[in-house]
Amino acid sequence: MSSYLIRRVLFVFVPTLLGMSILVFVIMHMIPGNFVDVLLGMGTDISPDQVAAIERAYGLDKPLSVQYIYWLGNVLRGNFGNSLRTGKLVGTEILSRLPVTLELTVITVILTLVLAIPTGIISAIRRNDLADLIARLAALIGLSIPGFLFGTLAILFISLKWPVLPTTGFVPISEGLGENLKSLLLPSISLAMGMSATVMRMTRSSMLEELRQEYVQVARAKGLSERLVILRHALRNGLIPVITVLGIQIGYLLGGTVIIEELFALPGIGRLALNAIYQRDYPVVQGTVLFISFVFVFMNLITDLSYSVLDPRIQLEE
Amino acid sequence: MRSVYFLVRRNLIGVLGGVVVLILLIIAIAPGLFAPYDPTEMVGPKLSPPDETYRMGTDRYGRDIWSRIAWGTRISFEVGFLSVLFAAALGVILGIVAGYFGGATDYLIMRVMDAIFAFPSVLLAIALVAIGGSALSSIILAITIVYIPIFARVARASSLTVKEREFVTAAFATGVGTPRILAVHILPNILSPIIVQMALRLSSAITVEAALSFLGLGAVPPTPTLGSMLSEGRAFMEISPWTVLYPGVALALVILGVNLFGDALRDMLDPRLRGTA
Repeated sequence: MSSYLIRRVLFVFVPTLLGMSILVFVIMHMIPGNFVDVLLGMGTDISPDQVAAIERAYGLDKPLSVQYIYWLGNVLRGNFGNSLRTGKLVGTEILSRLPVTLELTVITVILTLVLAIPTGIISAIRRNDLADLIARLAALIGLSIPGFLFGTLAILFISLKWPVLPTTGFVPISEGLGENLKSLLLPSISLAMGMSATVMRMTRSSMLEELRQEYVQVARAKGLSERLVILRHALRNGLIPVITVLGIQIGYLLGGTVIIEELFALPGIGRLALNAIYQRDYPVVQGTVLFISFVFVFMNLITDLSYSVLDPRIQLEE
Repeated sequence: MRSVYFLVRRNLIGVLGGVVVLILLIIAIAPGLFAPYDPTEMVGPKLSPPDETYRMGTDRYGRDIWSRIAWGTRISFEVGFLSVLFAAALGVILGIVAGYFGGATDYLIMRVMDAIFAFPSVLLAIALVAIGGSALSSIILAITIVYIPIFARVARASSLTVKEREFVTAAFATGVGTPRILAVHILPNILSPIIVQMALRLSSAITVEAALSFLGLGAVPPTPTLGSMLSEGRAFMEISPWTVLYPGVALALVILGVNLFGDALRDMLDPRLRGTA
């Protein structure tokens, strides 16, 4: 296990992150627009000498590869630089936005678990029954309505008609938990729709697979109630692939909330990244994208390692 | 004829999806036949509710919403098809090469793929569109790049098993060159999972295009796209709900139809997965 972990980190985790950092860096330098213009605002009247001086100060006169090494060195020391717009440290900006995205993710995951796992189990037990057909149809619809479409329709049909829920905007916990949860309810439902559909489908197929296994027949044969057979035996094994899907989905969520945060005007990391792209705020884009991607890769690593903890039969050695 | 009947009975929902996709495709191929007005012209009063002249009402500039939906559907399919096609072509080449040669080539290609894959797809697409500008071609390119790793992974996994088969060894032994082995012996044998993957990814490619348009990063106005119509209508949806309702329903129908069709295709080409999802 530990040697697998080391190999996995050394040969997959670190190289992937390095590759991503190069990609982020190159993409940012390909976006048209002059760094100095962004820094000082367009149409500032300064001489070419002054431009050159600014470029020297920021190391922009050096070759791209040298700039990358400098940047990487700073990133490794936890320094993502300063925002060109606000002048604040990018790390500070990210940390101040993190709680919103994190809370949104946690609520979404809870909603997903509550919605998807019981539905998936029932759907598998009652295969081809009416309940199963309804659940599968619901999953199909959930997969076919993108979060931003669901969110827009939710604002139209719920918030505008029934003003208990705010249409957009975020209320921090410090102003009351109730109001805080209300401001995150529709965004999390919008996100949970698609995610639940994926998790429900996975739960269903994985449970169907497990219920076919011989150990389930043995458990039934020795007289266990169907309830125990399903909850104690089949479900424990059946949930392993579900956890994989869930892990990857959480990784997506932490970065994929861009549109939902924009739609509901939530000050999370996705919106920070999006606005930084619009405003050509290079250090913030690099920092946020790298952060989001790091979380994604890290979640994948955790998911991989969780297999052997959940299922001792799985040996992670190759 | 019997086989058609058999297919309908066995997979009613898939056939339904096929019919929906077919109707939408006909609209997408010839929107001019269905759209009564020019989708970019201001043809009527602003924000007029649905009636006989403007079946789905008009938007803030007095453009006919139904005509814009018809032309918007075309853009959805165009971007979806082209980006999935390009991503599959490039991904398959990279995946076969990685799987067949193995070793350092494999390692290098797959780490690059992992790096691209680890980006949140919408964010990567946004950044790429920021480089290329909001032209349709740069949107297609962005979505292509986002989806290459998925096809590379599938192609690599399949070629790993196919390359061990006797006919590949036999071809190698008789002196067939490597490019020919890859193209003639490996490629045809990994096509079916690739086609399944293309059908399954088509709906997400269409969703990413709609998302980009929704964020204002799609095709330049006044080009009608379902995502931008949805986003533009938001400001007026309280007084004119039809400005978001119809484009929204159209977008959901496109994605639903493509999803149903993709599921059915997977069940047909990959029977092991039948009924699993």
